[in-house]
Order: sequence, then C-alpha cells, then structure tokens
Amino acid sequence: MYRRFISLQWKAFFRSASLGRSLGLKIFMAFIAIYFAIVFLLLGVGLYPLLKEALPEQEPLNIVNRWLLIYLGLELMMRFFLQTLPVMTVKPLLTFPIPRKKVVNYMLLQSLFSFFNFLPLLLIVPFAVFTAYKEDASAAAMVGWAVAVYGLVLCVNYMNFLLKKKFADNLKALLPYVVAILVLYALERFEIFGITELVASGMEAVLEMPFLAVIPLLLLIALYKWNQNVLLKRFYLDESLKGKVTEARSQDFQWLRKFGNIAPFLQLDLKLIWRNKRPRSLIFISLLIMGYGMIFYPNDAYQDMQAFFVFVGIFMTGIFMINFGQFIPAWDSSYYSMMMSQNIPLKQYLNSKAALIIFSIVLLTILTTPYVYFGYNVLIINLACAVYNIGVNVPILLLAGSYNRKRIDLEKSPFMNYQGTGAAQWLIAIPLMVIPIIIFWLLNKFISFEVAVITLAALGFIGILFRSVIMDMVAQSYKKNKYAMINGFKQTGE
Amino acid sequence: MALNKPVNKMITVTNLSKVYNGTCVLNIEHLEIPRGQSFGLVGNNGAGKTTFFSLLLDLIQPTTGNVFNNEITVSQSEEWKPFTSSFIDESFLIGYLTPEEYFNFVGDLRNRNKADVAAFLQNFEDFFNGEILGRNKYLRDLSKGNQKKAGIVAALIGEPEVVILDEPFANLDPTTQIRLKALIRELSEKSEMTILISSHDLIHVTEVCERIVVLDKGLVVNDIKTSEATLKELEQYFAGGYAKEVKESSQAENI
Repeated sequence: MYRRFISLQWKAFFRSASLGRSLGLKIFMAFIAIYFAIVFLLLGVGLYPLLKEALPEQEPLNIVNRWLLIYLGLELMMRFFLQTLPVMTVKPLLTFPIPRKKVVNYMLLQSLFSFFNFLPLLLIVPFAVFTAYKEDASAAAMVGWAVAVYGLVLCVNYMNFLLKKKFADNLKALLPYVVAILVLYALERFEIFGITELVASGMEAVLEMPFLAVIPLLLLIALYKWNQNVLLKRFYLDESLKGKVTEARSQDFQWLRKFGNIAPFLQLDLKLIWRNKRPRSLIFISLLIMGYGMIFYPNDAYQDMQAFFVFVGIFMTGIFMINFGQFIPAWDSSYYSMMMSQNIPLKQYLNSKAALIIFSIVLLTILTTPYVYFGYNVLIINLACAVYNIGVNVPILLLAGSYNRKRIDLEKSPFMNYQGTGAAQWLIAIPLMVIPIIIFWLLNKFISFEVAVITLAALGFIGILFRSVIMDMVAQSYKKNKYAMINGFKQTGE
Repeated sequence: MALNKPVNKMITVTNLSKVYNGTCVLNIEHLEIPRGQSFGLVGNNGAGKTTFFSLLLDLIQPTTGNVFNNEITVSQSEEWKPFTSSFIDESFLIGYLTPEEYFNFVGDLRNRNKADVAAFLQNFEDFFNGEILGRNKYLRDLSKGNQKKAGIVAALIGEPEVVILDEPFANLDPTTQIRLKALIRELSEKSEMTILISSHDLIHVTEVCERIVVLDKGLVVNDIKTSEATLKELEQYFAGGYAKEVKESSQAENI
C-alpha cells in the first residue's frame, strides 16, 4: 500500500503543471536548497574549530549543548511559517477502501523526508564526528548524543504540526506561550533558573549514559501518536479537510465615489487587498520596509555613496508599488475572463490600478519624511524618487503586467510563495531600480547633487505630463496580449 | 410569437473556425441569430459549445472568420460589451465579494446604481430561494449551484440585448431549474433580449429555445426550429449517433 502512495507522490511531482512551465523557478529553488545544504555542512564541519578558537576556555560540546534549546526554538518558529502538513492531497483517498490509519501514517511518515529534517543532519553528524575525534570522547557517547539531538529535531517536526493545527488560524492564542517564553528568558537572564542549563545537563547525562538517548526517541514516538490521534479524529471532510468559511460583511467604501468612473475598480481592489491573505500581507510588508532607511542612513559607510540612498528611496516609497504592481493583473486572474467580457474599458481598469499605486506612493513618502533627521539630502532624494516612481515606474510596471501569464491564488500565504512569478518579475527589477540609480550616480559624480535630483524628478514629471498617451500605449499592449493572458490565467495548478 | 418580432440579425458568424494544434475544434461557415431569439446549442462533450461561446465573447482568437455582434466585429472593437453579458463558468465570479457586492459591481459597470440593482434583485427572491442575499458569505464559500444562480442573475443586470449562458442548468436543483426555464421563457417573450444557451439536457433546451443548433465535433449538423417533434428528433439523433459509435468501436475490436 505504501508503495502505491509513493508512486502517487512521484507522479504528483513530475506531472504537476508547473514542472515544465517554471523549470527556471525549480532550478532557482534547487540552488537555494543546495546553498543551504552547503552552508549547514560547512557549519557542521567548522563548528568545533570555530568555537575552540572563539572561546578556548570552554568545551565546544558544552557550548553547543547550552545553545541547543534556543536552536530548537528557532527551528520550530521557522517551521511554523514555512512547513505544512499536506492534508489536502489525501482528500481523494477518503472514499477508497484504504484504512484511514494507513493514510494518516503515510502522511506523517512522509513529513520526515522533508528538507527541513535533512539540514540539521548535516550540522549534527560532522560536529559529532569531529568532537569524537578531537576530544577522545567515546564513540558510543557521541552516537548517543547525535541520536538524542536528531531525535529532538524530529520532535520539533511533529510539534510544529500540532501547533499549526491549534494556532494557525488564531495567532492571538499564542500570546500566553510567548509570555511564558519571555518569562523563562527573564529567569535565565537574571540567573534565577536556567532552562538552557537544564537541557544542557540533560545532554551531558546522555554523553555519560548513551542509552539515555532513548528518551528523545520515546518523546518522538509519543508526539507521533499524538499527531496520529489528532489527525484521525479530524480526518473528515467537514473538519480539517474543508476550507474555513469566514463571516462576510458587505462594505461599499462610498467615499471612493468621488473618483468617478474608476471608483468601482478602486472599491474592488481595496476589497481584494483586505479580504485575501496574500495581498493583505503586502500591507504589513510595506510598513516593515519603512524601517529600511535605518540600516543605511545612520551608517557612515554610505554617506559618500548617495546613489545608495536613491535605491533606498525608490524602494521605501515604492515598496507597495513593486509588490502589488508586479502581479498586475494576475491579482484578477481567477476572474479575468469576466473582466475581459464585461463592459470594462481597459484604460479605465489600468487607470484605477495606477491610482491605487500612486496613492500608496504618496502615503509611504509621507511616512518616510521623519528620515529628514538624517539630513535634508535624504528628504530631497526620497521626494525625487517618489516622483520618479509615480511618473516612470508605475507605467513600466503596468506595461510589464501585460506579459504576466501566471495565475495567483489569493488565499495562499505569501511566505516562500513563488506562484505567479515568471521571468517578467525578475527582469522588471532592472529598469525599476538600476536605471534611476545609474542616472543619479553619473550626474551626481560628474555634475552635481542638485542636477542629479532634479533630473530624476523631471523624468517623473515628464511621465506624469504624458500620462494619458503612455496609458494608451499600455492599454494597447494589454489588448495585444489579451488571449495569451486569459489562457495563462486559466491554468490552475502550481 | 416569433412572427411579431422584427426580424433583423443580432449575431452573425461567417467562416468561423478554431484550430488547436492542428485539430479543428470548431468550423461554422455561416450562422445568423436574429434579434430576440432564444437560441439553444446542444452537443456532446467536445462538440465545441464552449469554444463557440468563448469566440462570441472574444475570449479566444478565431483561427479564421469573424463574429459580428450587432454588426460590430467582436475581435476588433469593444463596442459590443455594453449590450452583451454572459456567464460561462465560475471564473466569471469574483470570489472575495459577497453576492450583493458582486451585483452592485456589475451594476456599476452597466450604469445602474445601487437602488436600480436592489429593485432588480427583488424580482429574483423566489429564484434565490433565500440562499444568496443577506447570508454574509463570500461567493467563494457558496455551493456550486448557488454560485451559478448568482452568476446567471448578474448576467441579466442592466437589460443587456444579448445574454450568453453556458450550461445554465447544470448543478442547479430541480426547483431552480424549473424557475430558470420560466424566467428564460418570460424574458424571451416579453423583451427583445437575444438569449444563447448551451446544454446537455435536451428536455430543458427544447422547452425554452425557439431554435436549436446541434454541434458535433465542431460542425453544425442540425439547425431546428423547435416544435412538438423536436425533442424526439434530438433524442433519436443522439441515441443513433451513440449506437453508431458503439457499433463502430465493436467492429474495430473484431478486426
């Protein structure tokens, strides 16, 4: 039976619609995976000598033991955001004569073969081997240690699923636990009670009595059983396998009425952003990026490289423009045929998107004004960048949008989500960011700061002046690519 | 009834064909649909029904030929959009809107204000059967049948002259099917609306359409003015075609 499951899995991977279409993306992801694998391996090999050199008076193994809990905590956090149990894939199996327990077991066992579980192995094994070799620790002790640590890592794997079941839809419920962690941290900080010490002494005990490594393994089995029970209980269509239905409320943003004929689309876009996971998170990302200036402005190293400030300016005032604009009109992909057969003039549709983005640029620019604290130059550059964004980058992004062919599912989380990403998204960064930086850098270097800033702003103003003509051209491009877009947006599957 | 209407053409199709990878999926030499006609399209899977409707709406590009909607070439101008509306599949619904918001959005596009839309929706209280309006649900969370109801009604907002509905009866419960048939009959009798419907259900189409065109592998194989005998004729055609195919395949096996 398990063999059949595995063959299903195999087919699911190789026959997925995206394998052929986004091979480039797969290669990119593979590179990232290889990169992380190498980093972990190097760290695994180098950890012992590094620690020995940095803190010669302590034993590396002892340091690692004390940091173990923190490492596991971080790993749990990372997994919470990135790793999911693929529950949906088993939905078609429900009606087949397969014992439910088998399907659940398969799902849980399959999760062990995740990349997340492979990486720590690259860290633990070389370190254990190195330590055994250098410290004359007995092989048995180090094997016991490695087994115990890896057992704990796998415990994190299953703990994550339990946590996700409980908290994924209700992050607020996590609050008491966060408080508990903070309390533990405080106790540790003021040396009242050290939980990391406790874990460390546990690991020391394992080193002395390697058979104690069974304890994490027993914990692992217990967590597995717990997961199994939870899943078995919830393995019905109306429970976990069905999507959540949220209470809806009608809103109509009447105040947008004064925008005239683009008002209906603005209303639609605002609802799109508020009501769907992926675009909604863009707002938070945009606000987070506001802090970006803090990295560059106070840093003396960048004071002589004002071109960097152009990058920061374009990025901060245009972050929403970049994140939202690069997937226009893919945000509307799930109902694009309707948009194309309804009574919607393309130019009006595009103008409304432009209006929304321009509004975001203005708002973000206002939010960046406190950076004037780091000098008037910063403020002036940011203003020029905002004008450049409005006049030049907005039409470029909209034009690039007519080469979007990839569907976007609005309800998927944006973390590590490359759905909808194609060559267009990568290429677009060049004119968007690189060109203004080069223009500024050249003029600033060879003429003066004032000329450089004025040129950037002037380019923006030219774009604004000829907005109507430019938008006509953009609309033409949408018209030309219409059939290919409709067809592309219909292709479901990753 | 049809005699009372001024006969002028609403939709004209000339030399229309669509080829995918060398396979011709639709080839219609000439077809005219007069204003105000209720037009039914039947055929087996793969006969080209949805392809035909998509071509009418300029959602796919014809390989050859043209579609004229009220003398406007649909692939060249957008002028046909104000008086044409359609519901092909769920991709015509905006999942994150409530049905009310969706109706208002479509109303906006068709120059109807909220009050107009609300008054219009009053006529459909029976049809909705209390399952669409005021339920505080997004369209994406409605059942397939209820989504279809919302889509069909949205297609009727703003008194369009041409309405295109692909498989409107599929997924509907029996009560709604009966109500939808009554609705379509009423619309075609009392207004000048040209209604194009496709269906797998021969009984439904013969009940509501004045004219029925049968497509088979992209070709028009029959063009009937509906009468008492039409249902029998259609049933015989499809049963015969099926029997013939079975015979052929069994012959093929024997060889």
